Amino acid sequence: MSDAVNRANPPAFENDPRVPEELRNNVFITTLDKLYNWGRKRSMWPMLFGLACCAIEMIATAASRHDLARFGWELMRASPRQADLMIVSGTVTKKMVPQIVRLYNQMPEPRYVIAMGACATAGGPFKEGYNVVSGIDKFIPVDVYITGCPPRPEALLHSFIKLQEKIEKQSLRTVPWYRPGEDDVVPVPVLGPDLIDMRRAEEIRQKAAVAQEQA
Amino acid sequence: MAEETKPAAPAAPAAKPAAAKPAAGHGATKAPPLAPMTPEMTELQQRFGESVLAPAPYVGLLLSDKSKLVEVATYLRDEMGYDSVTNLTAVDYIKDGYFEVVYHFQRSRGGEPFTLKLRVPRPQGNDLSEPVPSLTSVYAGAEFQEREVYDMFGIPFSNHPDLRRILLWEGFYGWPLRKDWKEAYYEGDTKPFESRWPGGHHQLAEERVPWADNVNYPLGFDPLNFHADPDAGLYDTMAEGVPGLAKRNGNGSTAPQPTGVGAAVSVFDRDRNNLADVDELQTDQIIVNMGPQHPSTHGVLRMVVKLDGETVTDLKLVLGYLHRNHEKIGERNTWLHNIPYTDRLDYICGLANEWGYVLTVEKMMGIKPPERAEYLRVLMAELTRIESHFWAIGFLLNDLGAFYTPALYFITERDLILDLFESVTGSRLMCNYFRFGGVSRDLTEAQLAHAKELAFERIPRKIDELEELLSENEIVKARTVGVGYLPAERSINYSLTGPCLRAAGVPYDIRRVEPYGIYDRFDFEIPVLYGADVYDRYRIRVMEMRQSLKIVQQCLQQMEQTKWGDIQTGKKNYNHRVPAGQAYGRVETPKGELGFYLVSDGGQNAYRYHVRSSSFINLTSLKEMTVGHKVADAVVILGSLDIVLGEVDR
Amino acid sequence: MGLMGTGILKGLGVTLRHFIDTYAEDLKYLLNKSGAQQPRPLRRQSPKNRGLVTVEYPKERLPLPENFRYVPFLVFDTEKQEDKCTSCGICAKVCPPQCIWIVRTEDPVTKRPIPQPKEFYIDTTICMNCGYCAEFCPFDAIKMDHDYELSYYPHEQPHMRLVHDKAVLTKPDTYHASIHPSDWQRELADRAAEEEKKRAAAEAKAKAEAAKAAAPKPAQPAEQS
Repeated sequence: MSDAVNRANPPAFENDPRVPEELRNNVFITTLDKLYNWGRKRSMWPMLFGLACCAIEMIATAASRHDLARFGWELMRASPRQADLMIVSGTVTKKMVPQIVRLYNQMPEPRYVIAMGACATAGGPFKEGYNVVSGIDKFIPVDVYITGCPPRPEALLHSFIKLQEKIEKQSLRTVPWYRPGEDDVVPVPVLGPDLIDMRRAEEIRQKAAVAQEQA
Repeated sequence: MAEETKPAAPAAPAAKPAAAKPAAGHGATKAPPLAPMTPEMTELQQRFGESVLAPAPYVGLLLSDKSKLVEVATYLRDEMGYDSVTNLTAVDYIKDGYFEVVYHFQRSRGGEPFTLKLRVPRPQGNDLSEPVPSLTSVYAGAEFQEREVYDMFGIPFSNHPDLRRILLWEGFYGWPLRKDWKEAYYEGDTKPFESRWPGGHHQLAEERVPWADNVNYPLGFDPLNFHADPDAGLYDTMAEGVPGLAKRNGNGSTAPQPTGVGAAVSVFDRDRNNLADVDELQTDQIIVNMGPQHPSTHGVLRMVVKLDGETVTDLKLVLGYLHRNHEKIGERNTWLHNIPYTDRLDYICGLANEWGYVLTVEKMMGIKPPERAEYLRVLMAELTRIESHFWAIGFLLNDLGAFYTPALYFITERDLILDLFESVTGSRLMCNYFRFGGVSRDLTEAQLAHAKELAFERIPRKIDELEELLSENEIVKARTVGVGYLPAERSINYSLTGPCLRAAGVPYDIRRVEPYGIYDRFDFEIPVLYGADVYDRYRIRVMEMRQSLKIVQQCLQQMEQTKWGDIQTGKKNYNHRVPAGQAYGRVETPKGELGFYLVSDGGQNAYRYHVRSSSFINLTSLKEMTVGHKVADAVVILGSLDIVLGEVDR
Repeated sequence: MGLMGTGILKGLGVTLRHFIDTYAEDLKYLLNKSGAQQPRPLRRQSPKNRGLVTVEYPKERLPLPENFRYVPFLVFDTEKQEDKCTSCGICAKVCPPQCIWIVRTEDPVTKRPIPQPKEFYIDTTICMNCGYCAEFCPFDAIKMDHDYELSYYPHEQPHMRLVHDKAVLTKPDTYHASIHPSDWQRELADRAAEEEKKRAAAEAKAKAEAAKAAAPKPAQPAEQS
């Protein structure tokens, strides 16, 4: 942990004792982590993926007034295989969530998720609806949440900056995608009589059985 | 409910005075007034007899013999000129024990819609009700609307070509718009909820409910041992000529189905494997699922296309990926609460939606906004039309392959209009500007100057530039002329509205058909083109932008004579009571006819809140427009319809 | 059908014009210092600008219009050192998605309500930024904030952070005055008018009291409903 903290705040270059005095104007040292993260955070490709109202603001963010490409987030990729970032921009419905999870599973690591707006964060004004999922984080891990209904384009840019800060703090040594072990594939939820989160299937079975006995 | 003591079959057409007392909803004993007879109603009644057709409460005729429905509809279409079914919905009168299916028929040459109602007894529990004859053989535009009624109320339609759930999925438990169906996060029948004040300790909805999530399962449900097929029946009519599917359907649903988790998860995989069964490939026909995540479907729409080589031979739509339960929430909201929700219907043009809803409620309340507010409404609605058409054209070009550059130019213009919206109303998209009997804010001098700069200088210049760039562009013409042709009669029969219908030569625009607001004061034309193809749908939008601009310019000039700040009739109020009654109100949004069918029981909440959405109904005709074209054109045709998924799925 | 390429040329021409316009606009801006009175982004995003110009967020920001609304906040009266909110509950009633929770303060002895909110929650994960609460508040106690830079990491526990409680919601009226200057002026005018009215009513009452012996008629109510 302390390692990560050190990396987040590397010693100031000018005073770096590892570089001799006379070479300080000619030599640039950095850590591999810094270089890696610097490259990564400036070449995030979001997935071309809009759900609802927030998607309109997302498109406006990509247009010339706000120009997402300034951050190096140049292209919106229509294929999840080429995307690094999923912006969940809008209300997540039960009918849509299996597809979102499937898309997330298809994205290669490292992958990030931004929950844009109130709906993607926790259901938003439509939370009470019978076909609405109370936040995408019920199914896939989210890296940055944005409030607002809908967030202004600048608010979305602000979340990008937050995400860049997060990426800066990651270290090659600790990131999960270079570590042995299984990929954390999220089981795709199933549309039955209602949305079924397969991770909770056993619990649902037991509870429903208990409810039937009581009835 | 006010309808509580309604006679099952009104004995005599004793038309009581139409002014119903705004009785408190519950416990009202007065029978609702019967609809006053119009010449059209009399004609139909004479033709079929008074025992079959009697005046219904508030508005329209009540058909007592539902087996006569198709005959009545055919007569309406062929003899009386009602050539489209513009709105079709149902209302659950739970206390009276019946569902009422409501049809609004429309003449394409104009006039008020004709309302026909019919009742079916309410079934017990979760059962389906008695079937109602389908009107799809008379009106093609009834197809999706009947499926929606089936999906929401569990009213089956006999002889419907493809009766499956449309917004939800096959296998969903329950019929959501029935009044006795409660969702997982159900807190009360009406807002405001009592838990909010004065003892409002914050609690997440998850903490309140037994499943700790927004889900509900039937008693004794076993997720580990059941077969899920949310797409059941989808491919049935498309199977012919597709080897993998034919095999699957040959097995039919009677064959032993795999069960358990793996089975449930693998439904899609199984389909895919079957489709990719190369050994059995005998023809070129394959099925391709485009969407719900697809860059060209304008949102979360799923197009299932059957392809012969590159030619589309069949097309089906799967909707509901953005079904946000607008109507269920709307029936719990107070009248005022619904205004910001309507913004989120068609989120490109929120202001136009608000007008539709506010207009309908004002119709029931019998109030009118002051002069100044009328002008402000027109100003905002027409700017919305310009902004929406900019967007539509930009993304149509995107679909044509001009990736993002034209769209960028038009989004820049749109942003300038949104700047005005933001500075006046406070938000770029979700303006929440209209109020019952007025609007929320007036324009300051600076805002008026911004609007004038836009209306007189900037936008005219930009529309010229748009035309220069696109209208005679040979690539645009090569891709669009003659593509997606749907002749006028078919368009009308499909209940198509908006620019697409006018591009087919039908001068049907609600601003002229059933004028609302103060549109009669402006000098403008309803542009009509006759090509009925994608190119004319593009051109008509450009022409409409010019007409809208003309209205905005006149509006800004005439507005100077009105009194600044006079924007609200009566006192500003939040607990409106709407007199018991029923109303269908509609406006011309950039997408077409947006209608609201509202039923009030005299209380603070809508008893029934139905949105007749133009995007949704326009999609019915997509199949006929697309079949025979290349798959790349399917994308363009969809773009030319200019749908917004928030409005399609609601 | 012959495609001669004029469409492409025309399209490129339009693009070129946009390109040149943008630089011409920059040049104009450099030469004409008088334009610098207006904030740069606002001027360059006005309908008068012909080029395509990006707002260099976060280095520069578009000034927000006064009416802009994001999540609500509660106004704290710095003069009287108390919340303006009287916990009347109107905002909770007009809230369309019902995201406002209010606990009214009760007198510990008499159990009668005191016009002060004990707890106040706004669940911004439900809030739809519609602005009804601010619009219908009779006490100008709740206003819509301009701060849109609200994004959180999961380890910041957004579900807790995004439910704004009274401590987070309360902001001084000086802040309100700074972001809503004309609204604030109106409030001040309203308050002055009310004071004036009160004073007049008090005077009238005093007069009535004096004349009470002569005519035992009740005085006019001091405040209108």
